[in-house]
Amino acid sequence: MDVGISSYDGYIPKLRLSRAAIADANSWLNPALRAQSEGTRAMASWDEDSLTMAVEAGRRVIQGPGADIIEGFYLASTTLPYEDRLNAGIAAGAISLKAEIQAFDIGGSQRAGTSALLNALAATQAGMQKSALVVASEKRRAPAGSPQEMQYGDAAAACVVSAEDVVARFIGSHTSNVDFVDHFRGRGADFDYYWEDRWIRDEGWKKIVPKTIEEALSRNGIQADKVSRFIMPCPFRGLAEKTAKRMGFVRAIVQESLNAHIGDAGVAQPLLMLNLALEQAEPGDILMLVSFGQGCDVLFFEATDALVRTRPAIGVQAELDAGSEETNYMKYLVFNDLVAYHKGMRAEFDRKASLSAVYRQGALLSDLTGGICTKCETPQLPSARLCVSCGSIDSQQPYRFSHRQGTILSWSADYLTHSIDPPNHYGMIEFEGGGRLMMDITDIDPGEAKNDLRVGMVYRVKDIDAQRGYRRYFWKARPLTHSTEGSV
Amino acid sequence: MATGIRDKVAILGMGCSKFGERWDVGAEDLIIEAYSEAIKDAGIETKDIDAAWFATAFEQVNVGKSGLPLSETLRLNNIAVTRVENYCASGSEAFRGAVYAVASGAVDIALALGVEKLKDTGYGGLPPNGMGPLQFETNANASAPGGFAQIASGYQAKHKLSREDLKRATAHISVKSHANALKSPNAHLRKAISQEQVINAPIIAEPIGLFECCGVSDGAACAIVTTPEIARSLGKSNLVTVKALQLALSNGLEASHNSWDGSYFHTTRIAAARAYKEAAITRPQEQIGMTEVHDCFSITELVTMEDLYLSEEGSAIGDVLDGKYDADGAIPCQIDGGLKCFGHPIGASGLRMLYEMYLQIQGRAETRQLSSPKLGLTHNLGGNPSRNVACICIIGPERL
Repeated sequence: MDVGISSYDGYIPKLRLSRAAIADANSWLNPALRAQSEGTRAMASWDEDSLTMAVEAGRRVIQGPGADIIEGFYLASTTLPYEDRLNAGIAAGAISLKAEIQAFDIGGSQRAGTSALLNALAATQAGMQKSALVVASEKRRAPAGSPQEMQYGDAAAACVVSAEDVVARFIGSHTSNVDFVDHFRGRGADFDYYWEDRWIRDEGWKKIVPKTIEEALSRNGIQADKVSRFIMPCPFRGLAEKTAKRMGFVRAIVQESLNAHIGDAGVAQPLLMLNLALEQAEPGDILMLVSFGQGCDVLFFEATDALVRTRPAIGVQAELDAGSEETNYMKYLVFNDLVAYHKGMRAEFDRKASLSAVYRQGALLSDLTGGICTKCETPQLPSARLCVSCGSIDSQQPYRFSHRQGTILSWSADYLTHSIDPPNHYGMIEFEGGGRLMMDITDIDPGEAKNDLRVGMVYRVKDIDAQRGYRRYFWKARPLTHSTEGSV
Repeated sequence: MATGIRDKVAILGMGCSKFGERWDVGAEDLIIEAYSEAIKDAGIETKDIDAAWFATAFEQVNVGKSGLPLSETLRLNNIAVTRVENYCASGSEAFRGAVYAVASGAVDIALALGVEKLKDTGYGGLPPNGMGPLQFETNANASAPGGFAQIASGYQAKHKLSREDLKRATAHISVKSHANALKSPNAHLRKAISQEQVINAPIIAEPIGLFECCGVSDGAACAIVTTPEIARSLGKSNLVTVKALQLALSNGLEASHNSWDGSYFHTTRIAAARAYKEAAITRPQEQIGMTEVHDCFSITELVTMEDLYLSEEGSAIGDVLDGKYDADGAIPCQIDGGLKCFGHPIGASGLRMLYEMYLQIQGRAETRQLSSPKLGLTHNLGGNPSRNVACICIIGPERL
């Protein structure tokens, strides 16, 4: 059975931290950083993590097919917030996936994104599921002043794997496992520990990758000169081009690295680059995706005719273009909890979550499900036993708000309440079709808020209970950033 | 058929502590300060009090829960003491309990006392309101000024005003209250300020600046009430009686239904209409002589003038700038300085407002005495514009 990718998209945080700003702050400490000071890197806001970015990317790819067709969910990351709580389960709720699905957290190496994709393809091919959602997301912390701080970026990419309506047919793959420890992050460690980059390049990338590609080509009966797109995320500048050239990929367009603007988004990077390649590819193109990390995955896809009519809801290119440069390096340190700074006493207030109350209100908290009165048709949030409009009791049906856009009725930018990104914006949001909620507004700059500003819903970190290691998530309003932003 | 509260209950005595940053005293001292004045004014003894209502809002930084702190501090005679809390209307709620107890005939003399010791927190502004576990999950990360800034945003949009239009009026309100407080020896903030200072002050929650926020204060206020007959039997004349006492609470409409446009206080309008009916007031702009309204933020006072039907809808800015609510205006507002400058110890505020009206009606307001005070109206608004408790009380001479 032919399987492949039927929908694809990505999410890149709005802020792009200037590498020059990082270098300005840290090159006194490490003058070598100056050499990396070109471009920007994607910088998640304080209220984003690998889980919220995964939700955003996941929501985008199911806009077309709908959440109900998804029977398997593969969430890849090495930076998920919970070690023992199914992160894919949290994300599945926010994406409004059905409860009766297989959901997995997949991590362990930088290849986790392609491992997830390969697993989803195999399970679909085996008939275990009709469609699966694959999301790779990463938000890695790095010590201030480290080369990784310059190189890393935060982003997520997603695709739907299916046996129907595929835009990229899966041809085959090959994998090699090698315990080549270019870096590691032990249990409980904050940061990655790296070995010398020259050794990583010469013994790792230059040996493990070509060997796996060679074997992959041979096993799948593909000639190098038949490949149209050579997609290999690699932190070493120019190495992808050199590898392609040396190995005879004469026709292939070497997919441009995203390092200059986004940085290296870890497990999300291969899927992000694959998705961008699909945006640029034409039917009939053979795409080869290479993913490196304690070994190597090589995957081959063939673009189908459906590629022309099935476009991403937003797309990686639009996300690349939508960024806003951030030059305040201190903001990056604060957002990533990399500096001890004065938070004020209002940061001390304890907001312990009641897990039983949270569970009872699961529909409201996971995908912003309120109610609509069957007697008077008034949408309301939260749903209540008695209708806010006609007073009928138990007259409400579930009614989801997470995919609805709205406008700001009233707002404020608050400097008094504790916020990691002051002033905290919030206001009364009026949903299209009815219903309203006083909500936090995120990704908004001072001066940007105004009455009637159009917003969409995003799933974000509400607060972090450091005492208990608990993260609270909820929906926030975000100014619309893309003209194509639609309902999920 | 209910006949309302009008003239059924008289104020026998009142007291109010000095408000402010009372670093050197605790809540117990504030209670005694207000109570001592009230019991002396009433001309009775503690043993004559049959029941008490005790208002505190932030028990976590104040005296804790229950009516015990009042009973113990005043060594009350093992009478019933009920603690009430209804956000910023808590003091008025205590008054309501005492007034209704007397009106019902269940007791002869009742005490209402509110106290708040806010300056033991270690920081400026109010502590966070207590929330239930679901509210932690869903409520916006808001402060009190940010909550009330929503009404500024809604009012500005509804009436198509510029930020400067609004600021000019709210600045006038703040300047007026500061000027009034200069004549209130017990007020918290006693310093004249200028229009420019208000407009140029640091923003706390857009568009509300520092000088558009009320004082966060320690303080206590107290009322002793009885029937007019008992008051007269105790030798009192020229009684001040309760004309109306109305409480209106949001039921979720403003927060959850799209019909409310965010530009006015729905509950204040309802409470005002009910209060005027109860007090047989048909022309509030002519019949209400003075007000103490809930100016937690100056924008609240501005919008409230319309919701009390003292300004026509959309014309409060003009009325404020014309001086209608200044000390020498047609309907003086916050003659003692208001929450803005007298201060806002939450549990005490409703009673503090009544205290000023009571003094004015009795002609005992010293240098800030108005020439011919008629009915006095007090107004509290607890919560935020989309979810709140509004309380209106009207008092006046027994015989107008």
